[in-house]
Amino acid sequence: MTTLLEVRDLAKTFDVSAPWLNRVIERQPRLFVHAVDGVSFSIERGTTLALVGESGCGKSTVARLLVGLYAPTRGEVQFDGQPTHAGRDAGELRALRRRMQMIFQDPYASLNPRWKVLDIVGEPLREHGLVPGVDALRARVSELLLSVGLDAADCEKFPHQFSGGQRQRISIARALATQPEFLVCDEPTSALDVSVQAQVLNIMKDLQKSRGLTYLFISHNLAVVRHVADRVGVMYLGRLVEVAAKAELFSQPRHPYTRMLLDAIPDIHMSGRARTPVQGEVPNPLNPPAGCAFHPRCPHANERCASERPALLAFQGIEVACHAVAEGRI
Amino acid sequence: MNTPLLEVKHLRVEFPLRRGTLLALDDISFDIAPGEILGVVGESGAGKSLTGAAIIGLLEPPGRIAGGEILLAGRRIDNLPYEEMRKIRGRQIGAIFQDPLTSLNPLYTIGRQLTETIQTHLPVGAEEAHQRAIRLLQETGIPAAEQRFDQYPHQFSGGMRQRVVIALALAAEPKLIVADEPTTALDVSIQAQIISLLKRLCKDHGAAVMLVTHDMGVIAETCDRVAVLYAGRVAEIGPVGEVIHRPSHPYTSGLMGSIPAMDEDRERLLQIDGAMPRLNAIPRGCAFNPRCPQVMARCREERPELRDAGATRAACWLVEDKAQQP
Repeated sequence: MTTLLEVRDLAKTFDVSAPWLNRVIERQPRLFVHAVDGVSFSIERGTTLALVGESGCGKSTVARLLVGLYAPTRGEVQFDGQPTHAGRDAGELRALRRRMQMIFQDPYASLNPRWKVLDIVGEPLREHGLVPGVDALRARVSELLLSVGLDAADCEKFPHQFSGGQRQRISIARALATQPEFLVCDEPTSALDVSVQAQVLNIMKDLQKSRGLTYLFISHNLAVVRHVADRVGVMYLGRLVEVAAKAELFSQPRHPYTRMLLDAIPDIHMSGRARTPVQGEVPNPLNPPAGCAFHPRCPHANERCASERPALLAFQGIEVACHAVAEGRI
Repeated sequence: MNTPLLEVKHLRVEFPLRRGTLLALDDISFDIAPGEILGVVGESGAGKSLTGAAIIGLLEPPGRIAGGEILLAGRRIDNLPYEEMRKIRGRQIGAIFQDPLTSLNPLYTIGRQLTETIQTHLPVGAEEAHQRAIRLLQETGIPAAEQRFDQYPHQFSGGMRQRVVIALALAAEPKLIVADEPTTALDVSIQAQIISLLKRLCKDHGAAVMLVTHDMGVIAETCDRVAVLYAGRVAEIGPVGEVIHRPSHPYTSGLMGSIPAMDEDRERLLQIDGAMPRLNAIPRGCAFNPRCPQVMARCREERPELRDAGATRAACWLVEDKAQQP
């Protein structure tokens, strides 16, 4: 298998300082949020990497960095061996962008309510000049709609005439329009009901098989991740704490945060089981703890965890950023 | 079984509109025993929250109760005047809503909101109310309760706010708590804390809970019995283990099969094609018939009533067929 996407030390910092005048008058310092702080991973062609974590851990920022909606503060993204940022000319970037597309969380916000489905799905085709005329466009859009289980006649409808699940299919059809190899899916089913979520997940799996797609799948729902992913990356406060193959991660979680997350999910098949209560909350990302960001909540933390930040190290086929695991304490 | 604490009988809720009337809840019946936790699940628009709102008397106009009765400890409460209902709300029925920020007043300290609730409903003085409020905050696991007593809601995190809301709901020692998606706005690690807290406190205080949620995992871990709603009707109701593992209604089976599980690998999820009908286009007969894999001619004509299906009760013609066979 070949690597399609490689991310090295990717970081994004947002300036959340008060306006200049307030800073001067009230003597406030500049404030920065390190939304993504040195994340590295790679995705093999035709596989799915899932990123999981709680709100504010930076998973969506990673997604936006990959497709170029944000420019990274530091680090590099290589797509099929070519860098996607830094000094590329616009034409080359355009060609690259055609090969990667994104599906957003909220199908109510990501479709233009004034456009017909034909225009929504056809926009990337027109933008990249992929179809010669109106008839060809219509034919191609119909084909795309059929591939996600909608009807060719839906071309003439507006988004409000569709349910949430159908809208998300329209988003998928639009993302597939340029025949991309890589799809970034940012919580594609979080806004949907379970029965509809199952429909969308099945379609995504079928499309991956028939078109050999590569997915970065972002979700906070571990059960969904377990269903779709090949490999899973767990994020906490802007950093990856564990990356492992799905089977490994779910059967033998290493990082204490991964264990805690797995422990916390209520599962329909474990009715009545006692759970270890989870302590504490995610710290404020404006002022993350020194050392390992998880140490205030971690049952295995010691002085080293409080002062020294653990690096993501390869460890028996998986990658973990934890002093306790590296030292063999857990 | 004891006399039920809450009885809902043939409840109908409708929304009169310019063009006709929308029947949002159609013939909903269930009861909750004292100290019991009843889960109410369903997809968006199934009428879960509306059922909760009808019980606490907070239906948004123009919605109105068009039929049926709601009895709390044998006393009818659905037709009470506003002031009477106001006394019951909080004192006998506590409510917890999805978004803790909108259920707290941002302009008052949480201490003031708690003591006000306690003094409104219970005959206690200011000092005792203060003591009670602090005890409640401690019980809900808020660290440094004395200091946090004088803080405002915005100074609390989402999980902490939901703890305050739970403290508020329990403040007047109600016998029933209606919790409408209490953990949906929270992260999984916080959700686990809140669910176990809710479960423990209700047990300690002897309060029954009607837990409205779309998360079957939460239901499985928390509830004694569960009611599955579909298009404003009860599709199936029964003990939680039975409904999850041996469902009788095809909709329940479909719903359970469509949830990705943590302990088994499946290539594809079971899917129910289509979507729940809109309220203005509920099909004749069984509301689920256009999506049902086992639909029969009868399902398209006659609406099934809830009937015994082994351990659960399900509204499905298949169930009756099973019962008729010896």
